[in-house]
Amino acid sequence: MALLIKGGEVIDPGRYVGVGDVLINGGKITAVGRDLPVPPGGDVLDARGLLVLPGFVDLHVHFREPGFEYKETIQSGSASAVAGGFTTVCCMPNTNPVNDNQAVTEFIIERGREAGLANVLPIGAITKRSEGKELAEIGDLHRSGCVAISDDGKPVMNSLVMRRAMEYALAFDLTVVDHCEDLNLAEGGCMNEGLVSTELGLPGIPAAAEDVMVARNLLLSELTGARLHLAHISTAGSVRMVREAKARGIRVTAEACPHHFTLTETMVHGYNTHAKMNPPLRTGEDVRAIKEGLRDGTIDVIATDHAPHAAQEKQQDFTEAPFGIVGLETALPLTLGLVDEGVLSLEQAVTKLTAAPAAAFGLRKGTLAVGADADVTIVDRHAQWEVDPSAFRSKSRNTPFAGWKVKGLVTTTIVGGRVAYRSGP
Amino acid sequence: MGLKRKDLLGLASLSTDEIKLILDTADSFKEVTGREIKKVPALRGKTVVNLFFEPSTRTRTSFELAAKRLSADVINFSPSTSSVVKGETLLDTARNIEAMQADIIVLRHSSAGAADTLARGVKSSVINAGDGWHEHPTQALLDLYTIRQRGLEFKGLRVAVVGDVAHSRVARSNLYALTKLGAEVRLVGPATMMPSGVERLGATVYHDMDEGLRGVHVIMMLRLQLERQGRALFPTIREYARLYGLTAERVELADPGAIVMHPGPINRGVEIAPDVADSLSSVILDQVANGVAVRMGVLYLMSEAG
Amino acid sequence: MSEMRDGKADRSNEKLIMDAGDITRALTRIAHEIVERNKGVKNVALIGIRTGGVHLAHRLIERIQTIEGVRVPIGELDITLYRDDLALRKNQPVLRKTSVPFDIAGKVVVLVDDVLFTGRTIRAAMDGLMDLGRPEEIQLAVLVDRGHRQLPIKANYIGKNLPTSREEKVRVLLEELGEDDRVVIVKSPA
Repeated sequence: MALLIKGGEVIDPGRYVGVGDVLINGGKITAVGRDLPVPPGGDVLDARGLLVLPGFVDLHVHFREPGFEYKETIQSGSASAVAGGFTTVCCMPNTNPVNDNQAVTEFIIERGREAGLANVLPIGAITKRSEGKELAEIGDLHRSGCVAISDDGKPVMNSLVMRRAMEYALAFDLTVVDHCEDLNLAEGGCMNEGLVSTELGLPGIPAAAEDVMVARNLLLSELTGARLHLAHISTAGSVRMVREAKARGIRVTAEACPHHFTLTETMVHGYNTHAKMNPPLRTGEDVRAIKEGLRDGTIDVIATDHAPHAAQEKQQDFTEAPFGIVGLETALPLTLGLVDEGVLSLEQAVTKLTAAPAAAFGLRKGTLAVGADADVTIVDRHAQWEVDPSAFRSKSRNTPFAGWKVKGLVTTTIVGGRVAYRSGP
Repeated sequence: MGLKRKDLLGLASLSTDEIKLILDTADSFKEVTGREIKKVPALRGKTVVNLFFEPSTRTRTSFELAAKRLSADVINFSPSTSSVVKGETLLDTARNIEAMQADIIVLRHSSAGAADTLARGVKSSVINAGDGWHEHPTQALLDLYTIRQRGLEFKGLRVAVVGDVAHSRVARSNLYALTKLGAEVRLVGPATMMPSGVERLGATVYHDMDEGLRGVHVIMMLRLQLERQGRALFPTIREYARLYGLTAERVELADPGAIVMHPGPINRGVEIAPDVADSLSSVILDQVANGVAVRMGVLYLMSEAG
Repeated sequence: MSEMRDGKADRSNEKLIMDAGDITRALTRIAHEIVERNKGVKNVALIGIRTGGVHLAHRLIERIQTIEGVRVPIGELDITLYRDDLALRKNQPVLRKTSVPFDIAGKVVVLVDDVLFTGRTIRAAMDGLMDLGRPEEIQLAVLVDRGHRQLPIKANYIGKNLPTSREEKVRVLLEELGEDDRVVIVKSPA
């Protein structure tokens, strides 16, 4: 029952950084420190030379169940999560039916439990069917287990509705998550508007489509006092406004996705549908701003926006192909890339995958504190590997990183004290 | 030197030598199209499939005639949009066509990049006959051919492209080719019709038509897509015609020997005043006739044994 | 190709078959034969096959003019589009322009080429000619007939009959191409 993770380099942001042991018992963390004794009858996991981290928390995944099980199921999504070191994932409500009621919420939680791999936490819809008109039963969603609310992918365009949602969510201290996109400005667009879209003749989505809504949401958060979390920000303008809003004390957190700090719009050349996501890949200048935002704390969270799509969907021509890429199994090495580049310290990087996302939604996760759930991710910092989509646990293989040589491998993922994933043969 | 590529997807990726080779080859076919018997056996036994997802009688007919004059077998295939809606992807359709042993597929599609997607997926040669707002290489090649036929040199040539550049594949292909060949390209129209960052592709943007036309050697008018009215690109056709319509007075601003071109069909009284349209019908008919020769040249150059 | 191999400097690979004088005399004789056979040149036109045949055709009309005082019409024919190996080639040969600025209907057309070998070029040229109109008669003049015919084709006027092996390369080099006039067999490098 008891497990002693011995001799690893423990990074529990803000709490413990250094070589040490982590003791797990009864599904909880029971001790962290140097030279802990092996408990009688307990197992020992030798972690010398490895990083021992709190299990990663992803605030932004699409597990497609119910409704689109051919892309991903909660089972396959959970397997993908733990393979990428994520022990807790928050599922966006754009399923079919939309998660705008207790029944769907309970279904997702139950399926997550059956899968028995990661903590699967639902995010409820802001409005019924995410149509942006009438509020969903946010109180019910909260009570049945939703950890935040969002109309992700179908952003609430009506500012009054958004204001009411924020005000109403205050009653439950629920975080309101918005995918910031002015649908009129973005209409028909399928990549960043700029030189590359002009060259390729593709309809563009201007950076302003995001910036306008970031500005609106910040102002509404200021007006209402609601907890606002901005999903996958991708533009220099968003970073600038969030930085300024934080300085003024607005309750906002922001996330960035690995693809938005790793790739630029030039990836779309050749009409590569694996470079089609929303928000779109932006310019080099935006990428620099995102990195700077991550570095100075403007951007709190790294989230994947794991968006599986079937191969035949991504094989359509560029304008027809759906937006999104899978991200759970490549997030860690891409994030560690920022450490190698000198953008983030290792502890900062770990924070953005663990403590910071947990705090954004008020989850008791992402920590190795004594008494916390025993969610632990063990990482070989220096192991090099090549991204091979056919080896993904996810049902879908839509990634632009196929063939990339990366560094940083999840060796073991422990969820609630049980080993949920172990790398290698 | 041959055209050492499987597909013709756009002019952005062609070298000036390749563009000149196509124009020179078209010259040889121009002679053929002037004969009593306008047919040569060069593509005997080859199969050319016109795969048109968007209706375009003019371009399809031009390719069809070109292929037939080269003695190729021609199949016209216009998948109903309904079968595409049913979930059949472009590649599914194309693989079916490839199974008919098509040597060359001529593709027209409403999505930018459709030709690239197709070319990656099939062994047949793919000729882009227009993909979304991206490129329409054979149209631009016939424009170039027509300019050259009029005795104009590309180096130092001033060309004004007037109209909705943002949504025009013809404008893009011409921009790529003309700048490569050393011409000065001016894009004339309101900012709503100019694609983002287009100056970085080597063009100069003019919002004032009179200023844009001053001293140019070629005026290339784009066809106004009337259905775009109401999409906030321009307020009314009347105002558009006043600001960006080509009138006889405006033609006077250009170089005295300037030629006016239009891919056709003209919206008379919209982008071109009726009297100007009448006086330029000869160039437009030249463009059509040259289109067949240029497409024969392209088909010939693409018809390498697989 | 390096200058040493192709230019005037190195001729060690060549076996000389006809020198400039031989070529001049052969062309003069062919010009006389054309005039004699057609009883004048009233209805005669010469069409050179690109590229070598065009230069020879030009030389022939000069001689015919000297003999008869008449300048016969001359045309240039590119046979590329009529080649029977077109569909099999990996790279399409560069097209040159066909230019026959007169009506060939009812004319006696003398096709002119430099070397007659398999006969396939002449077959293509005759197809090409037929698409231009219906000549009264087609005759064939060549500077060299090297044998090895693969089609039932025979020249009416021959500068020189040259027995060769199939593998040998016969080249007709002319001043118009920047060479000294000569016909050679080029030995393939050992």
